[in-house]
Amino acid sequence: MATNATVLEGRLAKPKQSAGLWSDAFGRLRKNRLAILGLVLVILLLSAGLFGPIVAPWDYKVQDLQAIFANGNRPLPPFSPGHLFGTDSLGRDLLSRMLDGARISVTVAFVVQIVILGIGVPIGALAGWFGGRLDNALMRFVDVIYAFPDLLFIILLSVAFRETAFGQALDGLFLVFVAIGLVSWVTVARLVRGQILALKETEFVEAARAIGVSDRRIVVRHLLPNGISPIIVAVTLGIPSAILAEATLAFIGVGVQPPRASWGSLIADGEKYVRGDPHLVLFPAVAIALALIGFTFLGDGLRDALDPKLKGKQ
Amino acid sequence: MERPEGDVPAADLPSIIELSPDEVRRSRSDALTSAGVVRKADKLLEVRGLKTQFFTADGIIQAVDDVSFDVDYGETLGLVGESGCGKSVTALSIARLVPDPPGKIVAGQILFDGIDVLSLSNEAMRKLRGKEIGFIFQDPLTSLNPTLTIGYQIGESIREHMGLSEKAARDRIVELLAKVGIPRPADRLKDYPHQFSGGMRQRVMIAIALSCDPKLLLADEPTTALDVTIQAQILELIQTLSSEFGTAVLLITHDLGIAAGMCHRVNVMYAGRIVETATVDDMFENPRMPYAWGLLDSLPRIDDIRGAKLRTIEGMPPLLISPPDACRFGPRCRYVRDVCREDEPELTVRAGEGHLARCWATEPGGWIS
Repeated sequence: MATNATVLEGRLAKPKQSAGLWSDAFGRLRKNRLAILGLVLVILLLSAGLFGPIVAPWDYKVQDLQAIFANGNRPLPPFSPGHLFGTDSLGRDLLSRMLDGARISVTVAFVVQIVILGIGVPIGALAGWFGGRLDNALMRFVDVIYAFPDLLFIILLSVAFRETAFGQALDGLFLVFVAIGLVSWVTVARLVRGQILALKETEFVEAARAIGVSDRRIVVRHLLPNGISPIIVAVTLGIPSAILAEATLAFIGVGVQPPRASWGSLIADGEKYVRGDPHLVLFPAVAIALALIGFTFLGDGLRDALDPKLKGKQ
Repeated sequence: MERPEGDVPAADLPSIIELSPDEVRRSRSDALTSAGVVRKADKLLEVRGLKTQFFTADGIIQAVDDVSFDVDYGETLGLVGESGCGKSVTALSIARLVPDPPGKIVAGQILFDGIDVLSLSNEAMRKLRGKEIGFIFQDPLTSLNPTLTIGYQIGESIREHMGLSEKAARDRIVELLAKVGIPRPADRLKDYPHQFSGGMRQRVMIAIALSCDPKLLLADEPTTALDVTIQAQILELIQTLSSEFGTAVLLITHDLGIAAGMCHRVNVMYAGRIVETATVDDMFENPRMPYAWGLLDSLPRIDDIRGAKLRTIEGMPPLLISPPDACRFGPRCRYVRDVCREDEPELTVRAGEGHLARCWATEPGGWIS
């Protein structure tokens, strides 16, 4: 054997390093135009969220009263000097307010996903791995949360805690994270449970048990990495729902507190002026739509890229 | 290692040195001494009255029904039989890996190196697996985790059981890979299973199974998923390494040719029971159970006439839900008589060292001599 090996060693060039799962997936993603469009939109949104307030021409709460007076106490239209997107009825620069809103949307998008993963992954993993009664109990609990109207739950929670310190934290955003997270983790929990159920019957799990690997290690090191692709996709597709949920909440006046504004509350503010100054509603609405499209396209693209077998079957 | 004369199928056996039984025993004890194996009990593994059942919606399947056997230190024992006769479940029971539910070990005793395996806590059992008992599965393609590197997977057991430093563990992994004949072992630690061929993956599995110097290796059809040339290499590797490490092997196979080449003793299983046990010589020269003849007869031979039909044992093994109190092979046996349908024979002594068979016809006074 050893001699064979040495002979081979001399003759064979070192096999090319395989690209591995992630760069293979990225290669496939790159060929998907919609996904790239989505990625560009997502990057735009992320940079707006990260750097927006730095590059914004105005502070989001400063009122340009002179300009308003000059315009007969009405909001400035788009492309006015100094106000590219115009101003609202109080003379605040709309572009600057939208850039600050982008920061809120991005924060909501990601923090909510962290909350969802933090609750959904352990619960799904426990249910899937141990099965039996624990699985039954956890999944019935999930069913109850599924059956409860999401928005009603979020509104109840937000209203109930609005006046407390907990409700005031981070301009009211903290409550939004928790509320949206608490109703949205169920999807991830079900997904993780399904993955674990499917994977725990595989032979490599049996092989891992046969060398005495502990249960916790099997779940964390063997099962979750194998089931991560659908989780990534679910998270990417969960981001637009979170952004939308936050916008909906803001629109009905729950969530981020004035003078800060998210895109949803901008629309709510602009709604009163929609006849004369439609831009106050239009610009934030388009921003929300682009963000949703971006994440949705990227999520779909990721699903195809991470699971090539699935492509064309849906 | 002895090689039986006469009826042995000549195909595809690894090359074997001819030795007399005494020489085998001596070389085995030499190997044990040089490998530093300490005997803590009379036998390495004693299985007594093992019963493993599966509780399904259709009824209780008695997959392993009152099985008893021993494996000596350093011995290679074959467990031979058709699919579905309880070989794998026997091996899984020894490592306590029977999926529960639906499976359960309902009776019996398993003594491993003097330890009562069935009374161990789960945690103690986990520490025994991989460390003292290695396991090689049938299909190397699915037994390795596709998302983890080879180096990590070999190291897993070493880190779990041996408490080596990162550096020492790495050295050991490279050494193991070299031992199982993987070229450029140090370069391949970071490779993933899909970058290895089937035979190479089975070598990796062997490296994992032997990584902590186990006393017993459970090899469940280790070559079934591989082609014939690779089979021979893998078997030779298992043989070489087990004698070098003084590891006893429980080799599960349906291929009597493999058992003939590898094993010291052979147990034939049928329908959840051991129906014959003998040294490999006796088994091939003087099998005392029609099922064993059937198995031997169904091996293709090199001197078969071209185009001749392959011989089979007619029929299927019985369902194990409610086995009758009768010879379980009876319905498929050419020599069956009334007594076989009315009473189940016991394992009784035949000529030869430790030769037992479960057959009315070959008992003294039976109708086959």
